[in-house]
Order: sequence, then C-alpha cells, then structure tokens
Amino acid sequence: MAKQFNVALIGNPNTGKTSVFNRLTGLNQKVGNYPGITVEKKEGICKLDRGVKAHILDLPGTYSLNASSLDENVVIELMLNKNDKDYPDVAVVVCEIENLKRNLLLFTQIKDLGIPTILAINMSDRMKRKAISLDIEKLEERLETKIALISSRKNTGFDALKSLIANYKQISTKPCLDASVIAPEYFDQLRKTFPNQDLYKLWLVITQDVNFGKLDRNEFQGVGSFKTESKSNLKRLQQKETIKRYQFINEVLKETLEIDTANAKDFRSRLDRILTHKVWGYFIFFGILLLIFQAIFDWSGYPMDFIDESFASLSEWVKDTLPPGDFTNLLAEGVIAGLGGIVIFIPQIAFLFLFISVLEESGYMSRVVFLMDRVMRRFGLSGKSVVPLVSGTACAIPAVMATRNIENWKERLITILVTPFTTCSARLPVYLIIISLVIPEERVLGIFNLQGLTLMALYLLGFGAAIFSAYLLDKMLKIRSRSFFVIEMPNYKVPMPKNVLITVIEKTKSFVLGAGKIILAISIVLWVLASYGPGDFNNADEIVRQQNIGTSLTEEEIETEIASFKLEKSYIGILGKAIEPAVAPLGYDWKIGIAVISSFAAREVFVGTLATIYSVGSEEEETIKNRMAAEVIPGTNKPRFNFASGISLLLFYAFAMQCMSTLAIVKRETNSWKWPMWQLIGMSVIAYITALIAYQILN
Amino acid sequence: MPTIANLKKGERAIIKQFSIDLVPLKLLEMGCLPGNEVFLVQTAPFRDPLYLNINGSHLAIRKDTAAQIEIELIS
Repeated sequence: MAKQFNVALIGNPNTGKTSVFNRLTGLNQKVGNYPGITVEKKEGICKLDRGVKAHILDLPGTYSLNASSLDENVVIELMLNKNDKDYPDVAVVVCEIENLKRNLLLFTQIKDLGIPTILAINMSDRMKRKAISLDIEKLEERLETKIALISSRKNTGFDALKSLIANYKQISTKPCLDASVIAPEYFDQLRKTFPNQDLYKLWLVITQDVNFGKLDRNEFQGVGSFKTESKSNLKRLQQKETIKRYQFINEVLKETLEIDTANAKDFRSRLDRILTHKVWGYFIFFGILLLIFQAIFDWSGYPMDFIDESFASLSEWVKDTLPPGDFTNLLAEGVIAGLGGIVIFIPQIAFLFLFISVLEESGYMSRVVFLMDRVMRRFGLSGKSVVPLVSGTACAIPAVMATRNIENWKERLITILVTPFTTCSARLPVYLIIISLVIPEERVLGIFNLQGLTLMALYLLGFGAAIFSAYLLDKMLKIRSRSFFVIEMPNYKVPMPKNVLITVIEKTKSFVLGAGKIILAISIVLWVLASYGPGDFNNADEIVRQQNIGTSLTEEEIETEIASFKLEKSYIGILGKAIEPAVAPLGYDWKIGIAVISSFAAREVFVGTLATIYSVGSEEEETIKNRMAAEVIPGTNKPRFNFASGISLLLFYAFAMQCMSTLAIVKRETNSWKWPMWQLIGMSVIAYITALIAYQILN
Repeated sequence: MPTIANLKKGERAIIKQFSIDLVPLKLLEMGCLPGNEVFLVQTAPFRDPLYLNINGSHLAIRKDTAAQIEIELIS
C-alpha cells in the first residue's frame, strides 16, 4: 500500500475553500485545535484511485502569507516548518473565478515556497452567466502548474482535481517571482550570509518575525539577528513585492482571461443597493434579528419539553429497573438528572448555529459589518464587533475567537471584554425555567406573549449592557493603537445545505461534549455531597421521629421531613448554609445559592444542580420545573421562586461572568490573566448589586 | 489632490500614491496599489465606511484610511 501523503488546502476567505474540503473528504473529517492555540484545525481523508489516500488539511483562510492575525499565522508557520508532521507534499490553492486576480497573489506566494502547487478554480459554474472565458492551457503554461476547474456547488471537476493531487510529483516547483528583484542589494547580502537557504523563505521569516517575533525555527537560526532594515523600510519592500506580484499576475491574466463587463449591473449590485441602503439596510438587519429570535423561542419549545419529560421518565425507569442501592441512586439522581440539564438545550444551540452559519455563508454578515461600523465606533467598538456580538447569542467562546479579524487592538479588546454580556445559549435554560415559574402566561395587547416579551427584554438587556460597558471602557482604557479597518464584501451566495449542516453538527457536538463533561462531573460531586453527611445526617430517621412524637403527622409527611432534614445535614447542606448569608439578601435560599455558585463553572449547570439537589430530597419522579414550583419558603405557603426572587435571579444571570471556558479563552486571546480577572470581578459585582437592588425593591 | 474619500458614486479614478505607513499592508495585498482603478459602490451614513471596488475587488474601508489615498479622476 502506498504511503499516505499530505495535502494542504489554502485560499482566500470567501472562495468556498471549506466546501471544496467537504467535497473532497465527505464526512470523513475531524475538527480539532492546533496545539497551544485555539485556531480550529480541520483535517480529513480523501480516497484517490488505486487505494491511495491523501490526508487533507483545511488551513484557515488568508489573503496572503504575510499574516496579520493568529489564524493566518498558522498558515505560514506550517509552510515554513518542513519538520511539521502536516507539512504538505502538495498544496492546493483554491481561487474563485470572479476574484481570480486577487486570489492569484496568494497562489504565487505559495508556489514560490518550492512546493508543488495545484490551482483549483472554484465557482466555475458562474463563468457562463458572467461571460467569463479563461484559456486554461495557456494559464497552466504561464503559471507552470496544473489547473482544475471546479464547482463545489454543482460538484463538477473533482475527479480531475483528485487525479492532479494523485500525480502531484509531476508538477513543477519553479517559483513565479525571483525574490531578489524586490531589492537586489538587500537580497544579495542575505544570500551571502545564508548561502544554503531559500531566499524567499528567509525573507518571509524576517518580515514575519517583525510581527510575531517569538518564533523558533531550527532551520533558520540566526535570521533574527539579520535586520538591517527598519520596520518601515521592510514594509516598503513588502509593498514592492506585492506590486511585482500583481504585475506578473496582470500580465498573465491579460493573455488568458476575458470578462465581458457589459453586464455589470448584476444581481449583486441590485441586492447591495437594498441591503446596504442607508435606511432600509438597518430595517432589514433588525427585522432579520427579530425573526431569528422569534423562531428560536417558538420552535425549540417543543423538542425541549419532550427532552425534559424523556429524562424524567428515563430516571424513573432506571430506578424501577435496576436493583436499589447507591449506584442506582447516583445514576438516576446524579448522572441522568445532570445530563438532562445539558441535552435539553441542544435544539436552541443547533438553531442559533444554523442561523449564524447561514448569515455568514450568504455573505450578508459583511454587509452588516459595513452598516454598523460607524455606529459601533461611537461605543469604542468596530463594525466587525457585530459578528462576535451576534454569535455571542450562541456561545461566547467562538464569539471571542471571532474577534481575531478586528485589526485595532483597543477595539478588539473591548469587544472581547463585553461579548460575555450578550445572552448566550447557556443562559437560556435558566431564563426559560425561571420565566415560566414567575411570569404569568398572559397576552399583552392581545398578541404578544408576556413570557416571550420578558425573554426579549433580557436579550435587549444583554446587548444594552455590552454596548454601555463598551462605551465606559472606551473612555477608561488608555490604549493608543492605529485604527485600520479593511473588509472584503464577498459575492452573495445561496448557502449550501451540506456546509451549513456540517457546521451545525460540528459546533453543537463540540459544545455539548465540552459542557457535558463539566456538568457530568459537577452533578456527580453534588450528588455525593448531598447523599452523605457527618454526625446527625446518619441518625436523621431517629431524630426526626423523636421530634415528632405526639404530633399528628402521617407516615408520608414524616418521610418528607426526614428527607429534608437529611439534605440540610448533608455536606452540601452544611456548605450551603455557610454561604446563605451572602445570597439571602438577593432572595435565595441555600439550595439556590449552591446552584448559583456551581454555575460559575458554567451557567447551564444551574438547572442540573437544582434538579440533582431536589431529586435527592424527593421520592416522586417529576420534571425539573414541577419540582421547582413545589418549593416553598419554610414556614409559609409562599413559593420559593416568586416574582421578586425570580427577577433577582434573572438579573444575576444576565450580568454575572459565570463561565470558566470563556475566561480561559479570554486569557488565551488577550495573553494575560489581567483581563479575564477584571471581567470576572467587574461582571460579578454588577450582577450582585443589580440583583440585590431588584429583590429589595420588589419584595 | 483628491483622495478616495472625495469620490462620488459613479466616478472612476486611478490610485496615485499614499504614505506606506498610514495604509495597512492587507489593503495593498487586496489590490490597493498605485495605477489600479477604483470606484465607489456604496456609502454608509455619514459617508463612513466606504464600500469600494478596487482593482476588481469589493471591499470596505473607513473614511480616514480613504483620505490617505490620493487619486486622479478618469472619465
């Protein structure tokens, strides 16, 4: 059997590179992270003829080898490191037919690295409509490469591409541009100092180290000390290089590409005139947001109820079927109750990722960035902050990562700091369950559902808090950084269902698995703490019966008394009682206090924690919601979850920074513990104070 | 000399020159180089940012960056 070889997929953003990857690998792919950084790593296997398999790596989209972000840096890091296990035997540069000129810049850079480089021209199905003609043979000759004309939408040209990949050894590795034409004297000096090195690679190492100066490259030792040029001069040389490359590309395309510009007033410009309109553009954007939220709350209610009930009956079934004992109790009361708390919001997460991925894939998100830039700048943010703020409604973790393409450090930092205020899907289960307990199911003005409006208000509160704190941070932070803003406005595309589906499945899966582990661990710990205790705990039966001698309680009532006595004397009860004074002014008892504290690992733990604590205390199998509704303040008939304590809880969850994973990501992205710590302290203080005020006024 | 920030819708221009320190490399790599053609596609409120077609690429930049890039009108 032939040895598996490495293929790297490289290309500009918006060239459909990921759909080419999906076509080549099918579902035979896995998504992980590059070691030590949070850049997503997508790899897969492509089956070629005669049992040969190619390992395909989908590198982050980049406009050039000169990296300006962490994502783009991954590309150059790999391409300069021959010892990396993923170092490609062959590179496939994906271009888009309508942006061939710009896309070819990256192609010439990759080819100059001396790797066999195949050119895959995507979206070839648009050629006829756009009256574009291309002389492939001549282009192959001029670029000294092999070209595959493909369309991932129509699934054409992939057999040809695969056979080019299989025969990569026949492709010339001659560079497009002789690097020394950039600055003959400078490169002469380089050549003399490092006689055995490739000049272009040396040049890349020098210019990259200016931006990312932390790189250790065995092969290029000593290059760091070779800096005879100032930063500004190096940039001038980079400009010269870019000009030289474009000269070459223009020359080549003049001979091979023909575009009939007569039909310039096409679909794109007509759609742009409406979607980026000074008035209608904003109406449409807010209309779309409204539609998305409405859809999520309406549609996901049904599967959520179903999941809640299924887990309640599963837990009951386990209790009835397995022999009674500690293990069965742990399974039924700890594990299943805890897992139910996470599985329940798969529908919402899936819907959110679905909408966000459609907005991104269609090219609409760039228009929103364009429309919002000026407004957002007033609050110290960038137009590009819209993407993190909108995707923050799914989860703050990918949202914080999505800030990477914000060029200005101050704008990026503020975006990272305020993004966790947006209502992420982990807050949703908490909101939904509390709203259904404390807000009456009424209609306002005959049409609006009061519970729905409350939820909407909480979302607005989240956005408002983000924008307002951004404004304050902008005034407070004294960071000077140059404000650059460049965004490509890609062509509109109908999103491909397969791409959207893969994104939704991947993101939901990693979210649920990630959160699932934490929740599982916490619910087991909680169950153990709630099921065992010191001293009086073990004599609960005796003590309670002793106390109730002479009272007229039925056997059943005594059982309930014993259960709640046990819970109070258990380890978790002792712990909870200790923190009760801190949460009592907010209207919470010790059980809610425990749930709030454990939520600092992850918010969604709240429902699971309460489910675990309550199910330990009761014999009946019921849904989480019914158990919560049945809780009363001891000595009264007042429900524990009433309007005042409910609102206080909602506000607390709206503002508090309760997510370890987000803090970890913020630490990585800002490269210091300072910012996540400020985030944790600042947000928690705001949460505590607002919840306190709300409860004291309402009660 | 007029800059991209002065462009009106429908006008075409050729990029003349700019100070390399005030314009990001990324913009150059996307085709914003002396000699290339530019026209205005759309503006956001207050003419900021500007949605441009430079050298066949569609991109948006802020007004302050656009004001650094000198142009010469054609047509």
